[in-house]
Amino acid sequence: MSVKLLLEKAHVEGIKSYEVYRREGGYRAAEKAFKLTPAEITEEVKKSGLRGRGGAGFPTGLKWSFLAKPEGVPRYLVCNADESEPGTFKDRYLMEFIPHILIEGMIISSFALGSNRSYIYIRGEYAWVADILETAIGEARANGWLGKNIQNSGFDCEMYVHRGAGAYICGEETALLESLEGKRGNPRIKPPFPAVKGLYGCPTVVNNVETLAAVVPIINITGEEYAKIGVGRSTGTKLISACGNIKKPGIYEIDMTISVEEFIYSDEYCGGIANGKRLKACIPGGSSVPILPANLLLKTAKGETRYMNYESLSDGGFATGSMMGSGGFIVLDEDQCVVKHTYTLSRFYWHESCGQCSPCREGTGWLEKIMRNMENGKGTMSDIDLLWDVQRRIEGNTICPLGDAAAWPVAAAIRHFRDEFEWHVLNPEKCLTENYGLAHYADPIQVTT
Amino acid sequence: MADEIKKDTAAKVKVTIDGITTEVAPGTSIIEAARQIGGAVAPPAMCYYKSLEGSGGRCRTCLVEVTQGSAANPRPIPKLVASCRTSVEEGMVVKNITSERVLDARDGVVEFLLINHPLDCPICDQAGECDLQDLSYSHGNEGTRYKFVRRTFILEDIGPYIKLHMTRCILCYRCIHVADQITEKRIHGVMDRGDRAFISTYISRAIDNDFSGNMIDVCPVGALTDRTFRFKNRVWFTKPVYVHRDCENPKCCGKATAWMRGDEIFRVTTRDNEWGEVQIIDGEPAWICNTCRFEKKQVSDWVIEGPATVRKISVVNVNKYRNTIKPKETLMDVMGGLKPNLLMNIRSVSEVNDPDIKLSELNRPAIARDFDIANDIDNKIPENPGNAEKYNSELLKSSTKEN
Amino acid sequence: MKVEFTAEQLKEIDKVIERYPEGRQKSALLHVLHMAQDSFGGWLSVPVMDYVASLLKLEPVEVYEVASFYSMYHIKPVGKYVFEVCHTGPCMINGCDNIINYIKQKLNIDVGETTEDGLFTLKTVECLGACGYAPMMQLGDHYKEHLTPQRVDEIIETCRKEAAMAS
Ligand SMILES: Cc1cc2nc3c(=O)[nH]c(=O)nc-3n(C[C@H](O)[C@H](O)[C@H](O)COP(=O)(O)O)c2cc1C
Ligand code: SF4
Ligand code: SF4
Ligand code: FES
Ligand code: FES
Repeated sequence: MSVKLLLEKAHVEGIKSYEVYRREGGYRAAEKAFKLTPAEITEEVKKSGLRGRGGAGFPTGLKWSFLAKPEGVPRYLVCNADESEPGTFKDRYLMEFIPHILIEGMIISSFALGSNRSYIYIRGEYAWVADILETAIGEARANGWLGKNIQNSGFDCEMYVHRGAGAYICGEETALLESLEGKRGNPRIKPPFPAVKGLYGCPTVVNNVETLAAVVPIINITGEEYAKIGVGRSTGTKLISACGNIKKPGIYEIDMTISVEEFIYSDEYCGGIANGKRLKACIPGGSSVPILPANLLLKTAKGETRYMNYESLSDGGFATGSMMGSGGFIVLDEDQCVVKHTYTLSRFYWHESCGQCSPCREGTGWLEKIMRNMENGKGTMSDIDLLWDVQRRIEGNTICPLGDAAAWPVAAAIRHFRDEFEWHVLNPEKCLTENYGLAHYADPIQVTT
Repeated sequence: MADEIKKDTAAKVKVTIDGITTEVAPGTSIIEAARQIGGAVAPPAMCYYKSLEGSGGRCRTCLVEVTQGSAANPRPIPKLVASCRTSVEEGMVVKNITSERVLDARDGVVEFLLINHPLDCPICDQAGECDLQDLSYSHGNEGTRYKFVRRTFILEDIGPYIKLHMTRCILCYRCIHVADQITEKRIHGVMDRGDRAFISTYISRAIDNDFSGNMIDVCPVGALTDRTFRFKNRVWFTKPVYVHRDCENPKCCGKATAWMRGDEIFRVTTRDNEWGEVQIIDGEPAWICNTCRFEKKQVSDWVIEGPATVRKISVVNVNKYRNTIKPKETLMDVMGGLKPNLLMNIRSVSEVNDPDIKLSELNRPAIARDFDIANDIDNKIPENPGNAEKYNSELLKSSTKEN
Repeated sequence: MKVEFTAEQLKEIDKVIERYPEGRQKSALLHVLHMAQDSFGGWLSVPVMDYVASLLKLEPVEVYEVASFYSMYHIKPVGKYVFEVCHTGPCMINGCDNIINYIKQKLNIDVGETTEDGLFTLKTVECLGACGYAPMMQLGDHYKEHLTPQRVDEIIETCRKEAAMAS
């Protein structure tokens, strides 16, 4: 059966508190870590094959080893708890229900990186979650896991929660650092990268909540064992937040060997499509990654089963594949309108652009306007080509990946659902009240059974 | 010491841009290396400004393609990079105007910059010395694909010296850097975000702290203009001359450009170099104080040095076309070493311009009729020859309404 | 309204400033703005922002810039209770439009408006990280999830009662 590393104890009564967490085996990894050297911890993380859970999937151990270590300059570890990518709500779950696993992971990581002051940057709207974290940090400090000379290791560390104030872009790591410095969330122009010049101009590592929490089981079971879970370069377990038209929306911890089909239809996970409807499309990794029609979601273009892991989800590239992204799994049933859904995403990116660079500032606004027309039956055929052209000229030409994130959903929607866009143009009245439906994206499973 | 010098000279790095190889100091940005080569090899820049720390990276007009990262690591950089914020590496190979990808992306950037631009050049004081105008001529397309209402902002009064016209702003952040780095303190900033972002003091304060006038010069468009010059004249009717005075302000270099017509000084600005940026004089950017800029408009205030050097692309050059003589330099010199692929006299093949009409000899602006004849030769002169003039004058009227 | 934090609040601000290295008190700006918004009428007026600037030794414009950037800060007056209903894709799939329309009707206001009694403001916002519990909205420091018309009725009722008690 499936392995649980992060959520194993999530349902234990009172696990939020230090006592229960400790009783259930918490802080054993930290104990172990303080007997290792920072280099040894980094080595374990490298061996584990852990990849960043924030969206980009960059190998965490490698990222840590890039951290510059000039003499006499402080280094910082910052936890990215901004979680604002539509479809993603896994970090909140972890912090709300087992806050100590994040704190423990951060203590170990701070020790490995030599960060004496570590911050958790949490999105401003999660106000009560910030309170939970503050309490947990207080408990950890009271029990000697934070402060001076932790566990007689000679290592000092303080940890603070920093609340944002409503801006998706502050999830981008350099915008996050700006925001942490009390400024507008404008992403920085790179280079220099945070590993060299990050928070307050000092070397900094930014990692996602889930990434840092995963350090705990890695130290507990060793990197080698961790790497045995999963498949290929998709090691360990991954939290998936599933939402949309499924029977059981929520957070699932998967080992990355299960198929997409199993994930959607088995009772252990999403439990199938709600209300007896059929599957139309899915965005498997948060709003920024390409949407896939049912047929390409369950099977790759080569006709092979698609699995819930980094490699398989991106099989076929953007032409016929998608991405693991942040693990925000959004399911659309046959009654959903892809044009409308894409419009809400275009509006999202327009609303969230920081406005620094011209392709994103102007392009997201333009996309939003054309998409709005399209959804309201006011689009033309040439608008579809224009959408394509505009997104194409945003992609890759901006300061930060928000530009790409705005371009990809539009590109993928046109790539796979162009007929639905055309239908909107041809049926300007009807499209206001009716939906295009399933057409050829037929859900292969439910149709036959 | 001696060691350092040796290192310095030895440490030049070689970079090739559009097929031309040059040697520059390590750490030089691609755009600065390209500017050393000169001509069209230098990417256009709307937000980068050499003398302002932290500028650049935002407008994306200077994107170039790096086809070889360095000699040590010859892999290409997959994405186009902002040449103003990317340093050269030994053996780097860069494509600017020789890259289709770059031209396409730049075309896109120009379009993005223009979709919400008011295009009110006929009543804009910046017209004639506007970087966005130049960029549109060199990289823009005719017409627009944008069919929505253009974004507008409420006019904000920021005092007697500077006029802020937010609708024209391209958010290059240069004025922010000036306020931060050259004036005593910053009282304006960028408010809101995304395409709603705007430059403002938020509370309509007057921006009158000393040296704030330099914001006008760095502004690439007509978003910040000199109120003491507003609507007084067109830049191409004035003549720029270098002037100087003994300025009491120790931070002011007192060396400026006075824009004159006859014996009158219409406005005073910093002295610009060929990239439209403030000149470096005695190793320092030659910023001028507000007194020199706004208060000293009498010829007696200044010592006149002589005519200013004007950028090649400047419309101010138009005045100089009269009685010009054939340049001695060859085309290759003019184009900074680039060999033109194709040279032709476009007037002889132009479909619109009647070769029999010498536009430059008309004693009035060219109007539609001048082109119509050429276009439709046997199809007569317009029925009512007065129409075109009438149309043109109305157009002029409607566009010069005070905004 | 007097724009001044209590002695206790000022102590909290000092503690927040201590979280950051020496001379980096600007980092506390987001926190102090949250406090100011909660304490001085639910929005950030110019005098309030100027006060915050003086506390943290910043130029006022630095505060204006930041306050206008982040969507949680209201730089215009709002009602006592702000209903911030998410309308991004996943919530849209789960019928947020119906909830928004229901609230509009019930309170007789449009999105962006405040009821005449100054109690309620309706806003639409982008994804709040609760997509699995859609439709949802943010009310003050908390989320109200799995919204239905009945749930909305209850929430409005509770707010009204609370407001009546307070006055
Ligand atoms: C627009 C944008 C938004 C992002 N939002 C988040 C986020 O909410 N949470 C997160 O962990 N990473 C986010 N990221 C990714 C971060 O920039 C960064 O890659 C990540 O925090 C690194 O952590 P990891 O290596 O542990 O994944 C975002 C990136 C971009 C470009
Ligand atoms: S891509 Fe968008 S969000 Fe990123 S820096 Fe540019 S304008 Fe800001
Ligand atoms: S006002 Fe001018 S200088 Fe300032 S940001 Fe706008 S365009 Fe740039
Ligand atoms: S000049 Fe380089 S990005 Fe603007
Ligand atoms: S889409 Fe509404 S909370 Fe995510």
